[in-house]
Amino acid sequence: MPLTREQIASIAHLARLELKETEIPVYQQSLSSILDFVGELNRAATAGVEPMAHPLSGLAQRLRPDAVTERDAHEQYQANAPKVEAGLYLVPKVIE
Amino acid sequence: MSESAKSDWETVIGLEIHAQLATKSKIFSGSATAYGAPPNAQANLVDLGYPGVLPVLNGEAVRMAVKFGLAIEATICPQSVFARKNYFYPDLPKGYQISQYELPIVAKGKLEIVLDDGAEKIVGITRAHLEEDAGKSLHEGLPGASGIDLNRAGTPLIEIVSEPDLRSAKEAVAYMKKVHTLVRYLEICDGNMQEGSFRCDANVSVRKKGAEKLGTRAEIKNLNSFRFVEKAINHEVERQIDILESGGKVKQETRLYDPDKGETRSMRSKEEANDYRYFPDPDLLPVKLDDTFIEGVRKSLPELPDQKAARFTKDYGLSVYDAGVLTSSRELAEYYEQVVREVSSDPKLAANWVMGELAAALNKDGLEIGASRISSSALAALVKRIRDNTISGKIAKEVFEAMWSSGRGADAIIEEKGLRQITDTSAIEKAIDEVMAKNPGQLAEYRGGKDKLFGFFVGQVMKATGGKANPAQLNELLKKKLAR
Amino acid sequence: MSVFSRTVAELAAGLKAKEFSSVELAKLYLDRIEASQPALNAFISVTRDAALAAAAAADRALAAGRAGPLTGVPIAHKDIFCTSGVRTTCGSRMLDNFVSPYDATVVTKLAVAGTVMLGKTNMDEFAMGSSNETSYFGPVKNPWNPQMVPGGSSGGSAAAVAARLAPAATATDTGGSIRQPAALCGVTGLKPTYGRVSRYGMIAFASSLDQGGVIAASAEDAALILNVMAGFDPSDSTSVDRPVPSYEQSLNAPLKGLRIGLLKEFFEKGLEEQTEKRIREALAVYEKLGAQLKEVSLPSLPLSVPTYYVVAPAECSSNLARFDGVRFGHRAENPKDLMDLYCRSRGEGFGAEVKRRIMTGTYVLSAGYYDAYYLQAQKVRQLINRDFERAFEEVDVLMGPTTPTPAFELGAKTSDPITMYLNDIYTIGANLAGLPGLSIPCGFVGGLPVGLQIVGPHFGEEKILNAAHLYQKETDWHRRMPEKFA
Repeated sequence: MPLTREQIASIAHLARLELKETEIPVYQQSLSSILDFVGELNRAATAGVEPMAHPLSGLAQRLRPDAVTERDAHEQYQANAPKVEAGLYLVPKVIE
Repeated sequence: MSESAKSDWETVIGLEIHAQLATKSKIFSGSATAYGAPPNAQANLVDLGYPGVLPVLNGEAVRMAVKFGLAIEATICPQSVFARKNYFYPDLPKGYQISQYELPIVAKGKLEIVLDDGAEKIVGITRAHLEEDAGKSLHEGLPGASGIDLNRAGTPLIEIVSEPDLRSAKEAVAYMKKVHTLVRYLEICDGNMQEGSFRCDANVSVRKKGAEKLGTRAEIKNLNSFRFVEKAINHEVERQIDILESGGKVKQETRLYDPDKGETRSMRSKEEANDYRYFPDPDLLPVKLDDTFIEGVRKSLPELPDQKAARFTKDYGLSVYDAGVLTSSRELAEYYEQVVREVSSDPKLAANWVMGELAAALNKDGLEIGASRISSSALAALVKRIRDNTISGKIAKEVFEAMWSSGRGADAIIEEKGLRQITDTSAIEKAIDEVMAKNPGQLAEYRGGKDKLFGFFVGQVMKATGGKANPAQLNELLKKKLAR
Repeated sequence: MSVFSRTVAELAAGLKAKEFSSVELAKLYLDRIEASQPALNAFISVTRDAALAAAAAADRALAAGRAGPLTGVPIAHKDIFCTSGVRTTCGSRMLDNFVSPYDATVVTKLAVAGTVMLGKTNMDEFAMGSSNETSYFGPVKNPWNPQMVPGGSSGGSAAAVAARLAPAATATDTGGSIRQPAALCGVTGLKPTYGRVSRYGMIAFASSLDQGGVIAASAEDAALILNVMAGFDPSDSTSVDRPVPSYEQSLNAPLKGLRIGLLKEFFEKGLEEQTEKRIREALAVYEKLGAQLKEVSLPSLPLSVPTYYVVAPAECSSNLARFDGVRFGHRAENPKDLMDLYCRSRGEGFGAEVKRRIMTGTYVLSAGYYDAYYLQAQKVRQLINRDFERAFEEVDVLMGPTTPTPAFELGAKTSDPITMYLNDIYTIGANLAGLPGLSIPCGFVGGLPVGLQIVGPHFGEEKILNAAHLYQKETDWHRRMPEKFA
């Protein structure tokens, strides 16, 4: 079942991706064909099968000791930041 | 709205409490969690969500969550899974929050609360899970921009979700206070609401009394004081009832409480709702806890507030209310018990002094019990002097004040100010005689039947003796002497 | 023997024997890289000064007798590994000017072992692709025929080793991105067991599938490098705490009695005829060496590509959410509000394939679709995993073609994503199950290399390297070099 323009727009919005008008039909087509392709999965008999999230889910998460191991390196890190002021990362004003 | 109309409605409240765990380092990185650092000084590459970084779980956060679960008699899940909650917001650097979804670390538990009228209620707790806190957005002083500080990003949180068992704002506050006390007892959270270590979201709905189905609920976010919780809920209940009574529908949405206006306002509609697209975080493995681990944590549990309060009523003969006040914090309870250790003959008197004068002094100076200017042994010494009749209870208040401001001991102050009680019968009699002689009119009236004037004579003798006459003896002797 | 036809092992021996210095080697490779860029475009960044400095330090270590097995050997890193102080782009406009403040664990390990980084190799954008045509920095050409693709996503690393621009290069494999380009470029590529090599500092695409590995000219070289790359890393929760064996020591273990499984599903339709012939010839060599061939079937395996194209996009849609123009990376000019900042920065920073996969992933995780797609895919993944486990009860290793055809033309498959995705049909299963796999050259079709894939059980790197090495002692496909670069 092909995806509609609205669905594409909604997915793009959820993923915060701006798509040009001309791009929407292109993604409509490719996404629809990909979803058709992966829809094959529904033919598999998976009743009672445990989902495998991970090759290592038989193992347990390691716990690390509660110790402070980091020092202030914000100047170094903020060298990569597009917009910084007074140590803060700037974004257009957010109204809550 | 008329009272009878109001009573047609039942309020249903569930609270989601976020408590910051008091670990030294963050839940998934080795950055410090200390409050108040300069912007982004405590945000490392993992906290900043840099490309290529990975989370590693802080074992202490796990221990603290288990401690909480045991304290609320909950099932500790032997296997729990971290999940990603995906949404975009500037204070969420990775574009997802690592939380727990289908398999939380703590499952169903319960907490008993005591309401104002003394009634007890058991509040169900649906679950508690671990997650990371987001950073902070600052909106002041930056024209056209908001500034993001990620120091808080990655601080461990335990999210405690109650069943919708609460039926009034007061119940909600009592529950919130109980959880607050508990996390401080367990030393898993400092409970500092101003600093944001302890926050609450309230899910509020109303329905007609007797109705089975729950009404549509609104979520009031980020309430960080008991007072605000109470006010916000009350306001929200009224707002919802107003809507329903005028034939409207309550919208399921997120609201914020505005303390200045005293009302809640809509934040964003929950249906536009973020689709969080939860899925198990592939960078983390399932947390597996065996019995050895859980029992190890259980052994480290301190005496819990309810156990302690029960012990206080039994061992010290205190009322349920008093025991509740004294055990509202572990430090206060420990202080009290240290006093009792030295004044074992009168735990009730000790309780009165701790809950009365001491609490007032702490309050006035904005201090916690840990910063008390009078140590427990110093207070015990003062109480002893009341017990052994060296000073009266009234004089003791004066001594207390002097102790508080000078830091000196009771005995030194009593000596210096000559505040010893006068217990010498002849001295008191002498004082009484003098007062009687000075006040013939009142004496006549008293002997004529005006019993009320007894207090006048007590006052005059006290004044004459600088307040030091032993009250019991004074009363006895005065009665005799004034007798017709 | 020209320096460029030497393997890592041979170069290391030459350095020890003072036939040449590390600085000399570095200069030779750096010049060669520079000369090749217009034709191949295998590198995004060349770190000349740093390379010469590292080479000089290596020479000092060699002189002082402090050298290890890899001291002074030049190496290239796929531009997906964070390198401190060096531009790390992941093949994307999003990170065009991103200078990493830290080194990936793998980079540190190889630096400590004395290798000399020549530069960062080109790759499909964010490791998404099978032809190295999605890179923001232009496609990489196959050194055997520059009109053909080198494969992807580690196309730059494979082309670099094939043309001997570096004796070895690190690479990553999520659905075949080491093995497939190694096959198309006629070199040896190894993807270790999931958890064997640290992912810290390796920019994430699909976290439960990604694994760092190596592309080199021989299995022996791969063993030497894996020895350094492998090992537990406390910074990576998915890193397995398991001792690293000496992979070279088991290289020459006798092969007799090795049970080789041939996957029925791999030899079905879709496998190009001549390619199949090369594979069968390779298998005949194994039989000659004393191995036993046995047909096995993994009935769920045909679903591995659709499974992958649900799981990988889902994970990547989340992993790439951090690229928002706020703390690093591309930021749109003059955003009018927050939404505009996000949507335009990401819209401009990401290419079409990346956007496609992010959107696919967003969709399959979204409310109402999670069970039908994501959860279902995880269940099928379990079935595939169990199929492999059953197979390894009967055989020691699995062998078959790495790709259904040799290299294809640039632009031939870019119009339809599914056609491109089907290139990974033989390699994806190992990623889903977390198994180690490698590809070694086993002949040519129309002048283009063909790769033989060997897949082993979990932590079976020794087994598959041993099998590969013994084949390479019997044959010389791995010694061949493209004419232009011989």
